[in-house]
Amino acid sequence: MDFSDTPEEAAYRARAAAFLDAHAADLPRPTGGEMDRLAVARRWQAIKADHGYACITWPREWGGAGGTAMEQVIFRQEEARRGVPIAFFGIGLGLCLPTVIRYAPAEQRERFVGPAIRGEQVWCQLFSEPAAGSDLAGVRTRAVRDGDDWILNGQKLWTSGAHYSDYGLLIARTDPDLPKHKGLTMFWVDLKAPGIEIRPIHQMSGGVEFNEVFFNDVRISDAQRLGEVGEGWKVAIFALMNERVEGGKDRGLPAARIIAIARATPAGDATLADDGAFRAAFADGYVRMRGVSLTRYRTLTAMSRGQTPGPEASIGKLVMASELQELSRRLIEAQGAYGLIDDEALSMADGTVHHDLLHAPGIRIAGGTDEILRNIIAERVLGLPAEPRVDKDIPFSQAPKGI
Amino acid sequence: MNFDFSEDQEHLRNEARRFLEARCGIGVVRGVLDDGARSHDADLWAALVEQGWTALTLPEEHGGLGMGRTDLCVLAEELGRVLAPVPFASTVYLLAEALMMAGTAAQRERLKDIAAGRCIGCIAIAEGPGEPSPARLAAEVRGGRLHGVKLPVVDGNAATLALVLARNGGQVRLHLADLTDPSVTRAPVDTLDPARDLARIAFDGTPCEPIGDEGLVDRLLDRAAVLIAFEQIGGADRCLETSVEFAKMRYAFGRPIGSQQAIKHKLADMYVNNQIARSNAYYGAWALESGSDELPSAAAAARVAACHAYWYAAREGIQTHGGIGFTWEADQHLHYRRALQLDMTIGSPRAWRDRLFSALEAQADEEL
Repeated sequence: MDFSDTPEEAAYRARAAAFLDAHAADLPRPTGGEMDRLAVARRWQAIKADHGYACITWPREWGGAGGTAMEQVIFRQEEARRGVPIAFFGIGLGLCLPTVIRYAPAEQRERFVGPAIRGEQVWCQLFSEPAAGSDLAGVRTRAVRDGDDWILNGQKLWTSGAHYSDYGLLIARTDPDLPKHKGLTMFWVDLKAPGIEIRPIHQMSGGVEFNEVFFNDVRISDAQRLGEVGEGWKVAIFALMNERVEGGKDRGLPAARIIAIARATPAGDATLADDGAFRAAFADGYVRMRGVSLTRYRTLTAMSRGQTPGPEASIGKLVMASELQELSRRLIEAQGAYGLIDDEALSMADGTVHHDLLHAPGIRIAGGTDEILRNIIAERVLGLPAEPRVDKDIPFSQAPKGI
Repeated sequence: MNFDFSEDQEHLRNEARRFLEARCGIGVVRGVLDDGARSHDADLWAALVEQGWTALTLPEEHGGLGMGRTDLCVLAEELGRVLAPVPFASTVYLLAEALMMAGTAAQRERLKDIAAGRCIGCIAIAEGPGEPSPARLAAEVRGGRLHGVKLPVVDGNAATLALVLARNGGQVRLHLADLTDPSVTRAPVDTLDPARDLARIAFDGTPCEPIGDEGLVDRLLDRAAVLIAFEQIGGADRCLETSVEFAKMRYAFGRPIGSQQAIKHKLADMYVNNQIARSNAYYGAWALESGSDELPSAAAAARVAACHAYWYAAREGIQTHGGIGFTWEADQHLHYRRALQLDMTIGSPRAWRDRLFSALEAQADEEL
């Protein structure tokens, strides 16, 4: 048992590091807002594309490097170490473009793949809706056939990056009289098309990271359909399966920082670091956070050995989100009334803990709620039977609906 | 990246599992559970010795096989799965480790007896209610003779050689004491886990010799914590498997109880706890094998996570089974009892949480 690279991994890491050292240093540091960061990220993406690092696991035929998932992870680790921008293209290259490659006709693949790899065009994923979150197959956005076209009406929600995206992958209901999984069809849409309106969502944390996207009589061509009519669920599953096994990231402050905060926080006649209740609670939370980080090494080990990663990889977000929430709350509570102050200049760790506390509820929901993740573990890992579903085999139009 | 057991170790696991399935069925565990006169299953112990399990990590010059601690972790996990009623931890993780870490050449000769199954060990620290502390320790060595009462001592009836924490001059140190000496009086005490041995031992002028320095006991408990964590994980995984099987077969309200989210989410949490414990235990195993400076925090994290996982799995395993799980005939309470036994055997989770915080503080001071 150890944490070292195999000789092949070490050789790849050295090549990746040489490439990054030669090219990453010249990249300008973004100084402005999101658009400035996007501009820098586009430049970096183009450089990676020129050198075969943009889509490491893709086949060479589509501009990839034909590499392994482990090589991808190593490259990401080396990128992270140098602080180069890695946001903006994950959904497009990880999820949308593989779907386009699999389901679109040849001329569309030629048209979209190159610009996406080079970061010239950005894609987003138009799946979630106000009435379809955990139960994605309940989407209500309608696509109605009109000759060689389709007319879209409805609303998508929680769309990351819609405001700077060029295209999106959209799942819509094409036949409400079929059972809910059967009446769906997948399309790609041009976000500049008439009738599309994008509005930012103001989050409870104060930030604006997602959008709602409205479709009002948006006309698209049948050539924009991905897969057969009524096969949208199958295509969606394909898209989501392509979400890459990311290295994942640790959240929250490192233990040494928290200990420093605890020592600086008065508690009774001593400090929080001397308080038995805090020490015990922190220890319990620490082993869970640490357990998630260490589980990642087990996943990487399986990849390194050329095996399929085990189901233990599924526990990460479920554990991390709740622990982050509780740890932040515990540290802020220990500040007493002062903990109410949410100000970078006055709050501990420059406001990081307050930021985490206000973001944690979103992390517990995004990308699979705690409850859905428990269902997935119970059903797919432990093999427990699914719950009976009252709406599975009846026409979607007749299924019970609330808000 | 190589953060998992090796192919050879998985092979060792398969062998161990087959062996224990044949030799340590639940009837063997219940045999000790139901018979207050037996401290352990002597046949199973003899069979383990014959397989070379007590010799696994001992040096070759002392009749051992010279294998690594990670190999021992594999055996620990398998022993934990089947609730093995034998003094393996006391003898191999504690006594043998102490002899290898700090024994004089003469003391290390005892390793041959462990390899050959002639010596069973125990560690005697507690003297009454509460977590032991050096300041309150009453056992004392005067003129090379040990005086005091240790209560309770895990495996104290089965053991032939004890590690005893006692005051000696100005120091609190571990001592080796031969339990067959006539000055030793010992008797079984009733315990939460009757499938495991628990004793009261009185020393009345027992010949003894110190082993190691004052720091040995903590270093020793760190090492044992990692190995015991694997026993706990073995037990916790077994509870999960049994509960999942039951939840698929048992119907209520016209469907398997495992299709209800109340049960499903409970079992998902059990799985998560077990994985968290496993990953922390792997890190502990790595720190143990590699001699890392991080062993104190790694061991404490492994122990805290494993105690939580086994307790939750044992507790909610009974709950998942409902009424049948509360009967003596059902096996769920054997895990409930063993989870408690392993929780308290080398210091409670309460004490180890504090120990983890202290270890992380020391590590932070090192980093800053």
